[in-house]
Amino acid sequence: MSIAVFVETDNGEYKKSSFEAVSRASEFAKASGSTCIAITVGSKGGENLGKYGANEHIHLSGDGLEMFHPQTYATAVFNAVESKGINTVFISQTYSGKSLAPLLAVKMNGALVTGVVDLPESNSDFTVTKTCFSNKAFAKVKVTSDKSVLTLIPNSFSISESGSDVNTEEMAANAGSANTEVLDTQKVTGKVVLTEAELVVSGGRGLKGPENWNMIEELADTLGAATACSKPVSDMEWRPHSEHVGQTGITIKPNLYIAVGISGAIQHLAGVGSSKVICVINTDPEAPFFKAADYGIVGDAFEVVPKLIKRAKEIKGLA
Amino acid sequence: MNILVCMSVVPDTTTKITFTENDTKFNTDGVQYIINPYDELSLTRALELTEKHGGNVTVIHVGEASTDPVIRKALAIGAAEAVRVNAHPEDGMFVAKQIAEYAKQGNFDMILMGRESIDYNGGQMAGLVAEMMGLPLINVVTELDSDGSSVTATRDIDGGKQQVKSSLPCVLSAQKDLCEPRIPNMRGIMQARTKPLNVIEAVDQSSGTSFDSYKLPPAKSGVKLIDAENAEELIDLLHNEKKLF
Repeated sequence: MSIAVFVETDNGEYKKSSFEAVSRASEFAKASGSTCIAITVGSKGGENLGKYGANEHIHLSGDGLEMFHPQTYATAVFNAVESKGINTVFISQTYSGKSLAPLLAVKMNGALVTGVVDLPESNSDFTVTKTCFSNKAFAKVKVTSDKSVLTLIPNSFSISESGSDVNTEEMAANAGSANTEVLDTQKVTGKVVLTEAELVVSGGRGLKGPENWNMIEELADTLGAATACSKPVSDMEWRPHSEHVGQTGITIKPNLYIAVGISGAIQHLAGVGSSKVICVINTDPEAPFFKAADYGIVGDAFEVVPKLIKRAKEIKGLA
Repeated sequence: MNILVCMSVVPDTTTKITFTENDTKFNTDGVQYIINPYDELSLTRALELTEKHGGNVTVIHVGEASTDPVIRKALAIGAAEAVRVNAHPEDGMFVAKQIAEYAKQGNFDMILMGRESIDYNGGQMAGLVAEMMGLPLINVVTELDSDGSSVTATRDIDGGKQQVKSSLPCVLSAQKDLCEPRIPNMRGIMQARTKPLNVIEAVDQSSGTSFDSYKLPPAKSGVKLIDAENAEELIDLLHNEKKLF
C-alpha cells in the first residue's frame, strides 16, 4: 500500500498548506511502513517535493487539466491512485481541496474525513482528530475503511524540509471534459487572503462605523496581515461578507488574531478560537473575549490602535 | 423546476457544547435544535427559484423522529413536502448514500444544500452526492440563478470568486450571502401541519468511519493584560517573544 498527497498549485507555485500536508503525510507513511507519493496536476511549482519528505512525485497532465476543476482533477488523481495502488490520499483543506476530496472518496469507494487537525503516529490505529461543532470541540474519528481520503486544515501541521530530491514521473491522464463551464474568475490582488493569512487584524462594532476602518487596515498592512470583521459588522454592511469570521462566516486558524472592539460572542469564538495567539482590545474589561485571549488591552481602540501602528512601523523600519 | 433541499438539524449557534458518557456522546440536555443555517439559505433560494419557474421544493433529512419538529419548520417556510430517512446519521458517506438513493428515484432539476453543517462541519455532502449521482458540482455558492434549463452561480474560490455555468440537473452548496433566510408566517405554520412528511428506511447501512470520542479545546492559561498607556508593549511581545512578524 502507499499514501499520497494531492499538492495544489496556484499561479505556478505550490501552496504552503500542501507542504504541511506532504511533511506530515510522509512521517505517517514512514511510520506505517509505507511510501509517500506527491501528486500534482496541471501546472507544476518550482520546488522539489522530495525536500518535504515525498518518496515519489507523479505529475499528471492532459486535456482539461490546465486549471482546477473538481471533476477532471478527481478523475486524474484517481488514475494515479489506481495505477499505484494508493490507499490513503491527504489533501489540504482549501476551497479546491474541499471540492476534490468527496469526489475522489466516492471513486475510491473509501472513507472521507474532513477538518483533520491531528494524525496518529501510524495507520496501525488509524484514529484522527477532526474539528466539530464549528471549532467548539474536537472528535476522534476512526477510519474503518481500508481506503480513505483525509483533508487537513491549513496551519495545523509544521513543515519539515529534511528530505532529499526525487525525480518526477510524468503521467498522462484522461480526465474527460469538465461538466461545468467557468465564465469568469476574480482573484483578490495586493491583499493578504483571509483564508490563507498567518496574521489577521479584525474589527467589531466597537469601532463605531465603517469610516473608522482605516486604522484596522493600516495596522494589517503594516504587519502584513489580512483584515476580518465580526458578524454584526458584516450584517450592517460596514464590511463585505467575505470578511466575516465566526460560526456562520469563515473559520480561520492564523498564528495571530488581533480583535479590536469585538466582545467575543460564542459564535465568534467558534470561528477564530483555534488561532495560535489571540490579542483582544476592548473598552469593556468584562468582555467574554478576554477569557479566550493570550494578551489583552482594556482600552479605547481609537487610542490603542494608533500606538500599535506606530510601534509596528518602527519595528518594520517604516517609520 | 423541482428542487431537492438537503437539510441537517443542528444545535442552535449559541449552544455551549458538552459531552456525556465518558466524552463519547454529545450532551443534548437543554439543547435547542434548528435548521442548519446554510441549509436554511438553500431552502429559501430554492423557494425563490420555484416561485419564478414553477415546480416544488422537497426537503430531505436523515435523522431520527426527534427531528420532526424542525422538519415541520422547513415545511412552514414553504417546502411542499418533506422526507425523513429514519436512521442515525453515522457519517457523511452514510448520509450521502441515503440522499443519492432517494434523489435518483425523483425527478429533480437541482439538489441544493448548505456548504457544511455547523455541528460536524464535514462540508462534503454536495460533493459526495454529486459524484454518487454523476452530476455536476458547484460548491460554496454566493449567487445562484437559473433560466430553467441551466444555472449560473458565483462560488467562493481560494482568494477570490468565480462565475460558473452548469446544465441541469446539478448539485450546489450554499454559502452565506446567497439570500436572506425566510421566516415562516402564521399561514405557513398552519399549512405545515398538513403537508406530507414521509418517513422512509435507510438503504445502505455502511459507513467508513466511526466517531469514538470528543474533547473540548484546551482552555487558555489566562490572559496577560497590558496597560493601555503602554499599548506598544503588545507589539514588542508579539515581535520579540512570539516572533510572529
